[in-house]
Amino acid sequence: MTNISDIQLQIKNTSARAVVENSIKLAKANSEYNALLNLTEERALLRADKIDAGLIGGRLAGVPFVVKDNFLAFGAPTTAASKMLETFNTPLQATAVEKLEAEGAICIGKANLDAFAHGGSTENSAFGPTKNAIDQTKVAGGSSGGSAVVTALDIVPFALGTDTGGSIRQPASFNGVVGVKPTYGTVSRYGVVAMANSTDTIGVLTSAVADAELVMSIMSGEDERDMTTLPDFFKIEPCAKSNQNIGLIKDFMAEGVDPEVRASINKYVDKLRADGHTVTEVDLPMVEYALAIYYIIVPAEISSNLARYDGIRYGSRAGGIKTLAELYGQTRDQGFVTENKRRIMIGSYVLSSGFFDAYYLQAQKARTLLINEFNELFKTYDALIGPVAPTTAFNLGENTTDPVKMYLNDIMTVPASLVGLPAISVPVGVSSLGMPIGVQIIGPRQSDASLLALAKSEELK
Amino acid sequence: MTKITRDDVLHLAQLSSLQLGDTEIDGLQIDISNILGYVDQLSKLDTQGIEPTYQVTGLESVWRDDKIIDYGVSCEDLLACAPESADNQVKVPKVL
Repeated sequence: MTNISDIQLQIKNTSARAVVENSIKLAKANSEYNALLNLTEERALLRADKIDAGLIGGRLAGVPFVVKDNFLAFGAPTTAASKMLETFNTPLQATAVEKLEAEGAICIGKANLDAFAHGGSTENSAFGPTKNAIDQTKVAGGSSGGSAVVTALDIVPFALGTDTGGSIRQPASFNGVVGVKPTYGTVSRYGVVAMANSTDTIGVLTSAVADAELVMSIMSGEDERDMTTLPDFFKIEPCAKSNQNIGLIKDFMAEGVDPEVRASINKYVDKLRADGHTVTEVDLPMVEYALAIYYIIVPAEISSNLARYDGIRYGSRAGGIKTLAELYGQTRDQGFVTENKRRIMIGSYVLSSGFFDAYYLQAQKARTLLINEFNELFKTYDALIGPVAPTTAFNLGENTTDPVKMYLNDIMTVPASLVGLPAISVPVGVSSLGMPIGVQIIGPRQSDASLLALAKSEELK
Repeated sequence: MTKITRDDVLHLAQLSSLQLGDTEIDGLQIDISNILGYVDQLSKLDTQGIEPTYQVTGLESVWRDDKIIDYGVSCEDLLACAPESADNQVKVPKVL
């Protein structure tokens, strides 16, 4: 695995241009994975030359990275893996991208995702699925599947993703890389295609925990263009607090969970105990309802957010139409994939008069109960752990015909999203077939740096 | 179990400004029924006296100074994003 420090050494010994060229070469050589939708080659090389000439510097000077294609970034269209935005060239960049560029990092391309980030396998991309980095017959996970695969294949040392219900953590787990979903409000979402405003977060996928710390410390902080951002609280912790009290979420270790996944988590528990931490089983009965809460609230927010794609101001517009209603209807029919439509329509249903109280309001009340349960546990525990997903990466096509079955795969990642908690995914083992398994570490709000410090202290052993 | 009819699907499509093709309508009818069937389990949860949580930060009415921020984006840049424009305006089909 290539770390940022390895890349920095390569830049020192050769040049930023040589490193960026190598990264682009690797991206092209691995095109069969379909992890990248577009390269930003020309702009990347221009920036590399400026760095070599000493015109741009910073903590990530010359370090190549990839962004999920729902981040507005210069040098290629921002498609959100949809026909709707296939040719959309942004006039502005996401705050997260701007902050990384200000530190000299170089974006080399835009990663595949489920269209508009709706999905957990990258099979909902309008431009074909991304294949798993370890086994090409398996899914990459999603929706940040492309970002996970380019990191796992060492094309770049880090890639940006978005996580609304597990979209960073699950693909990280499926491809054996580190994934960080920060506390809600940590990183500005300005310039990122909105999905569900109350749970959307921006984070990073890396090979090493220390690299995730560095990238998060750069991206974090208040942005007046995203009023939900928190004042910068992210301070890298050089070492983990000793004798932590850690809760193992019993509800995530039940019968239906792959025994090999459970075994890997139990091994991690043993390691934590050997290092002086106390690990106790804890109950979170409300997680049984988390998925139902999520698949009411998130489609509701999606139906509202995706109303902006009307074929008028940007994006594609259907041809051969006569009326405005036809323009909307046809543009949206052609520009969205079925999963987008499914979620928009579920959202329209749960928000419509007559059903609002039974679905939407009930879900928001249930969310309060879920939050209360987590708050109660964090009075005693520093962090909670469990698997990221019930299984390792599943086969391509295995769950595409049954949306509920596909959604069930998110059962362990949606709780932290609904509560706005930081949660990270760290590789802890592989199955007998060699498929990666990740552990999920969830902490109280704004404990992001502590979670990473804990993961880092265990990573080295 | 929530039963969604074909007419329900067409109504939801209309509310969502989606002109669906026939083949997609059938599939969506099954999928939406199944998804609502799954989320229906929330109805058995007792939420009497519980306040809803619409957003998790507790932030309320975040204010900023009433000043113009230069985003570095020109009118031309934005018009260039529109599928059709003319005379410095976005062009749409006849509304009335």
